[in-house]
Amino acid sequence: MNLAVNFAGVEMKNPVTTASGTFGSGAEYKDFVDLNKLGAVTTKGVASVPWEGNKTPRICETYGGMLNAIGLQNPGIDLFIERDIPLLKQYNTKIIVNVCGRTLEEYVEVVRRLADKDVDLLEINISCPNVKAGGIAFGQNPELARQVTDKVKQYAKQPVIMKLSPNVTDITEMAKAVEAGGADAISLINTLTGMKIDINKRTFALANKTGGLSGPAIKPVAVRMVYQAAHAVKIPVLGMGGIRNAEDALEFIMAGATMIAVGTANFNNPCATEDVINGIGQFMDKNGVKDINELIRCVE
Amino acid sequence: MADKKKFIAQITSQIKLADGIYSMWLKCPKNANISIASPGQFISMYCHDGSRMLPRPISICEINASDNILRVVYRIVGKGTEEFSKLDASDTISIIAPLGNGFAVDADTCKKALLIGGGIGIPPMLGLAEKLYSSGVSAEAVLGYRDGNLFLKDEFMPYAKVYVSTEDGSVGVKGNVVDVVKQYNIQADIIYACGPLPMLRGVKELAKERGIKAQISLEEKMACGIGACLGCVCISKEKDSHSNVNNKRICKDGPVFDSEEIVF
Repeated sequence: MNLAVNFAGVEMKNPVTTASGTFGSGAEYKDFVDLNKLGAVTTKGVASVPWEGNKTPRICETYGGMLNAIGLQNPGIDLFIERDIPLLKQYNTKIIVNVCGRTLEEYVEVVRRLADKDVDLLEINISCPNVKAGGIAFGQNPELARQVTDKVKQYAKQPVIMKLSPNVTDITEMAKAVEAGGADAISLINTLTGMKIDINKRTFALANKTGGLSGPAIKPVAVRMVYQAAHAVKIPVLGMGGIRNAEDALEFIMAGATMIAVGTANFNNPCATEDVINGIGQFMDKNGVKDINELIRCVE
Repeated sequence: MADKKKFIAQITSQIKLADGIYSMWLKCPKNANISIASPGQFISMYCHDGSRMLPRPISICEINASDNILRVVYRIVGKGTEEFSKLDASDTISIIAPLGNGFAVDADTCKKALLIGGGIGIPPMLGLAEKLYSSGVSAEAVLGYRDGNLFLKDEFMPYAKVYVSTEDGSVGVKGNVVDVVKQYNIQADIIYACGPLPMLRGVKELAKERGIKAQISLEEKMACGIGACLGCVCISKEKDSHSNVNNKRICKDGPVFDSEEIVF
């Protein structure tokens, strides 16, 4: 049975990675999951300098999901290179580094710093809904998204995945824009912008007022957008949004995703990634599927 | 090494202690590492209802390491804890335990401890009182309640001299826990505290005035409970070596902190 996929030129032992921000840089989850089993680890977004993130509460649960407004807290690229990359290099898994920035120059700075580092892919976050004057502005305007992609590609030494926001009218327009900008792949969906009111305190559940909705509640939206995006571009798709188990993952794969990411489910089950990998194998076994590639985009 | 696990614990008993306050005993599997648990640490409790994804962080009240048994005492604050309150001795629950860092006890440098618990911050102080007692540290406990429903109070009696404050003045000193400490002029080498933020602010001030250390336990909404998601941070005085900014993860770096480390 073959679970290996080629994603934007990188050989992955299986199509499963982690959704950025839900897995840190693997340091905490390595106690629960054998990282060697993952196709790739996608790290939490890193910026050119440390970011403090938003005020708390940053988290609240919602029906079938959660809202978060972490605000891309991160230790900055220097410490990330010094500490987080060497940790992940101890494992036989690919490394996808999620890159965030407030300006074009900040994205470029991180990408330049990573150019000579031993990481496999870059995922450019142009879709975080929780940071003012950054990320999302690029992710909601096709022309800006194309420009960021084009600029990042001038400096990147690794294949570039552009992470798209679902908070747009037409996802295919965004997918085509980053493809035109030279993206090697796209990933989607980032979180949907949401809000929760604490009726007892008569205030917002999150200090940031709004947050990003993730978890099983958003899965049908994510599958639909992965399907649409995958059929609009030629570059491969990393699909995510509410995946909890192998059945969920297979929906994304059949809809057009070459790889999938497990995110919020890690909070409910720290071994969710491993369980998804095992479950995909069992599904293939039961259904006589020899090669996972037969399933990718099998639904037209 | 991937040796930590979310595991299934057997509920051996659950009783209601007061309005909305429940006490649950959990028998954990042998390989669950309960022997390393210490007062001040917490456990992540998971709902059976799949629409509630996130674990509820609940502080450990008592530890019976030789029998792999943990006790939690919690308050119903929402749908998740309400679900827990309906479980009984025939049920199981998924948990990760123990998590975070507990209270540090140093019997060589500390002979007299002051334990301060407010509301649902009282339960972790019980396990600590037991530990201090068995370590030969004398302890006095100041417990702050809303009203005359003094849950757990009697259980402190074998281990500590107990003082009570109530918001409504029905029992003990009317007012808050810091009022009690001042009124009785309770002296100690160290303060341990868990409770609401205004109380912890008062405790921090008190420790500063007295020139002694205070270890305080913080809480915040959490998602992962293991230090990865950065949902539950607090502001730290110094730049934290992990985050590289002035904040710390309550779940991983805490929930117990030296009061001087934290900026309220």
